[in-house]
Amino acid sequence: MMAAEAPSDEAGLAAQIAAARDAREPLLIAGNASKAPMLRPVQAARTLSTRNLAGITLHSPAELVLSARAGTTLPEIEEALAAHGQHLIAEPPDLHVLLGTESAATLGGTVAANLSGPRRIAGGAMRDHVLGMRAVNGEGTAIRSGGRVLKNVTGLDLCKLIAGSFGTLAVMTEITLKVLPAPERTGTVAIAGLDTAAGVAALAAALGSPYAVSAAAYLPDGAAEALPALAGLAIHPGVALARIEEFAPSVAYRTERLAAALGRFGAARVIEDAGSRPLWRTIRDALPLAAGLAESDAVWRISVPPSQGPRLAAAAAAAGGRWFLDWGGGLVWISAPADEARHRSITEAASAAGGVWTLLRAPASLRPGLSALPPLSPTLERLTRRVKAAFDPAGILNPGRMYAGI
Amino acid sequence: MIALPEPKAAVVARREAILADLARLVGPDGLVSEPHCLRAYETDGLAVYRQPPLAVVLPSTTEEVAALLRYCKAEGIRVVPRGAGTSLSGGALPLADAVVIGLMRMNRFLAIDYADRVASMQAGVTNLGITGAVSAQGFFYAPDPSSQLACMIGGNIAMNSGGAHCLKYGVTANNVLGLTIVTIEGEIIRLGGTHLDAAGYDWLGILTGSEGQLAIVTEVTVRILRSAEGSRAMLAAFRSNEVAGACVAAIIGSGIIPVALEFMDRPAIHACEAFAHAGYPLDAEAMLIIEVEGSPAEQEDLMSRLGEIVGRFDPLGLKIATTAEESAAIWKGRKGAFGAIGRISPDYLCMDGVIPTSQLSPVLHRIGEMSRTFGLGVANIFHAGDGNLHPLILFDANDPESMEKAEKFGAEILKLCVAVGGCLTGEHGVGVEKRELMGVQFSAADLEQQRRVKSVFDPDWLLNPSKVFPLGATPPVIHAA
Ligand SMILES: Cc1cc2nc3c(=O)[nH]c(=O)nc-3n(C[C@H](O)[C@H](O)[C@H](O)COP(=O)(O)OP(=O)(O)OC[C@H]3O[C@@H](n4cnc5c(N)ncnc54)[C@H](O)[C@@H]3O)c2cc1C
Ligand SMILES: Cc1cc2nc3c(=O)[nH]c(=O)nc-3n(C[C@H](O)[C@H](O)[C@H](O)COP(=O)(O)OP(=O)(O)OC[C@H]3O[C@@H](n4cnc5c(N)ncnc54)[C@H](O)[C@@H]3O)c2cc1C
Repeated sequence: MMAAEAPSDEAGLAAQIAAARDAREPLLIAGNASKAPMLRPVQAARTLSTRNLAGITLHSPAELVLSARAGTTLPEIEEALAAHGQHLIAEPPDLHVLLGTESAATLGGTVAANLSGPRRIAGGAMRDHVLGMRAVNGEGTAIRSGGRVLKNVTGLDLCKLIAGSFGTLAVMTEITLKVLPAPERTGTVAIAGLDTAAGVAALAAALGSPYAVSAAAYLPDGAAEALPALAGLAIHPGVALARIEEFAPSVAYRTERLAAALGRFGAARVIEDAGSRPLWRTIRDALPLAAGLAESDAVWRISVPPSQGPRLAAAAAAAGGRWFLDWGGGLVWISAPADEARHRSITEAASAAGGVWTLLRAPASLRPGLSALPPLSPTLERLTRRVKAAFDPAGILNPGRMYAGI
Repeated sequence: MIALPEPKAAVVARREAILADLARLVGPDGLVSEPHCLRAYETDGLAVYRQPPLAVVLPSTTEEVAALLRYCKAEGIRVVPRGAGTSLSGGALPLADAVVIGLMRMNRFLAIDYADRVASMQAGVTNLGITGAVSAQGFFYAPDPSSQLACMIGGNIAMNSGGAHCLKYGVTANNVLGLTIVTIEGEIIRLGGTHLDAAGYDWLGILTGSEGQLAIVTEVTVRILRSAEGSRAMLAAFRSNEVAGACVAAIIGSGIIPVALEFMDRPAIHACEAFAHAGYPLDAEAMLIIEVEGSPAEQEDLMSRLGEIVGRFDPLGLKIATTAEESAAIWKGRKGAFGAIGRISPDYLCMDGVIPTSQLSPVLHRIGEMSRTFGLGVANIFHAGDGNLHPLILFDANDPESMEKAEKFGAEILKLCVAVGGCLTGEHGVGVEKRELMGVQFSAADLEQQRRVKSVFDPDWLLNPSKVFPLGATPPVIHAA
């Protein structure tokens, strides 16, 4: 059992980090669900959790900003936003089912992993909406970057570096986000009976249309099977889905026009708001893969140029895996029995397609031996080490979490 | 006036030998060294500061940039990267002992892919050139600084530039997918690609907006977007800044995010109207330009929603364009704003602070008071939806007292922006202009962390020195394992 600390203010957290730095004792940084077996395992004697740094500190709906302490859970934030008809722009996923964990994700963990959902292609990534943050670096020094206004180019944007650094550079204590009004209505155009190439071509046409498609996914029949919104469609071999989010009259108009514009790919069905919302939650949370996932399975999350989606789908199928595509074909979710050969074939296909990959989940026995992220070129490795040293010279924050030895 | 660092005497003394070496690296026709030619590079969009450089080089390839940087690093020569030189914060201001590396010859497109909706180009392609290259297919590049005809994508990356349509489409950082950079060591690094969310630390994010402090950008890959079916503008005139500010909050609160939401105060309205004859309401204290997108029916729907909201704020006038020509007329004055101000004052300083939008009215009131105290006119034009103010301070650069007052006035406005919870700059960058104000916004620890990141990339602080960070402190040393 690891010793766990969960200070309730930034000063307490800074003191813990300073003490660990003095003792040269590595810390595992955790939000809530630190048991989840993700990325590379961290060798640390103690866990430092932001769990008790909780609560929304500012929500100014007319200014489109929200600030919360890093340990605030996403459901709490989403609820506060919804009360004012707003939402998180990046639509971050709730992966607890996929990852087999129980507690809700924290804001800090979500920003630290730069996790975005289907709306990523239209609205930007989680870190695009981080307006500012407070954080404690590996020397126990509290720093602030950015602010609480919507535009800010003052100085180097350290928020960008810290968001997506998986707690290896600094521990965030408070984060300010840009938020937006939630759409009045959503609707989805579905075209079933398409193979992967035709499906991705249909999504490209949808995203190249003037109707501001906010999400675009392709589900092969295995992944689409159990989804109520798609009941009655002859899905085989797969279905292309394009979402519109707007005021009600616009959703009606745009889904109709989009269905017509995509007519050359096949007959389209328009899925109304009540079916569209749960459908995209399922896609957001990667639930088509979660069902039937075995302890011995691995999950990869791969980002490629959208036109390369079919190539990754073929690689997944060749490895005996299950898969589906989001982001117009650019985000490839794959699950397959975990072993080194499959890991190699899938990640090599991702690199060959000009993309990047994350090993999101793998059995504990395999994790120490596998890279969780694409290996760094020698020049980037040198820069990565130097950036790490600029924030955490003693190397005590989540050592080895992203790359062995860093 | 802002101080520039003492030139390195040893570098200046070796000028002739350095010129010969540079000519070898970029060819004689890529070197500018005659004093009268150097004058074209002595300043940027902040023309009150001038300093001819040691030399200007105009490389044509990434490899030439690498060779130049390797050479400068080995010789301890300072380097100032330059795009079109439209920076409004003195970001591209040369130093007497520095070599300016101008990217304007690197102006080729590398690839445009409509299926993946990306375009790649060299750093010297202009912002408007990108949209120009893809508009026939119905696409555009979203960030649209007012300087878009001249400014270059490399400069946009360095400044993380924004524009009137950023409320909806985001700033430069939100639209970049890949970069080729050259480090001061002369290493060429490709970052990101044509996919979203590059792996590892967010190199694209830290480089965008780094003002030439970390590396030179030679190639860029951006997202291109399909244009909406159409767009239309509305002009609303109000009795006070306060009422107009409240109307902005009501619009955002209603769930409508217009593609543009621009605010002009009385002096700005008058200057622009005199210049552009756009039919602006001269009796108004403030006006908003609001633009929406969509099909004709959607525009109609949004305009009626907006018209209803504006109607609650006792408007002096409300003009909804019914044709593209009428929309263009509404924009005409706003787009010519800088020229218009140039006609009513010999010189102006364009401030760029950002405030929480709830502070609009008290801040404009306070700026009005300062204007009277300093005895200098000010016109306010800004992106209202995101609180990015552009107070234009009117002064006479030939009168040292007027110049000094203008700088003080500007600094007071920026301090006020920070005091109400905002920041020093929303899109123009710190440059030399706001360097010494950084301590107003950041603590010593905040700045030290930024300076360490600078040292990660540029240990000897040769890249664009004397910008962004207050002068004086010695570069931090990074010991990486
Ligand atoms: C590559 C990748 C790895 C993931 N790893 C995990 C994981 O280990 N556990 C998990 O439940 N889900 C993980 N997820 C999924 C996602 O992070 C979770 O759904 C959710 O965001 C986790 O929130 P949490 O509070 O439970 O974070 P945690 O699991 O506690 O942390 C997730 C990551 O963020 C870091 N972190 C957490 N809080 C802070 C903070 N305040 N400042 C700085 N860094 C912080 C942690 O060190 C860890 O690296 C991962 C996703 C991806 C794409
Ligand atoms: C009339 C006018 C209107 C403007 N309107 C706007 C506006 O609406 N929004 C806005 O954001 N800005 C605006 N600006 C400011 C300016 O146009 C932008 O900052 C622009 O991005 C600068 O581009 P540039 O090519 O002119 O760069 P330069 O002025 O040449 O350089 C700007 C900075 O970037 C660095 N740099 C340039 N190229 C590179 C490179 N390839 N690699 C590394 N560093 C580099 C320089 O060293 C310098 O620090 C305006 C300026 C003017 C004069």
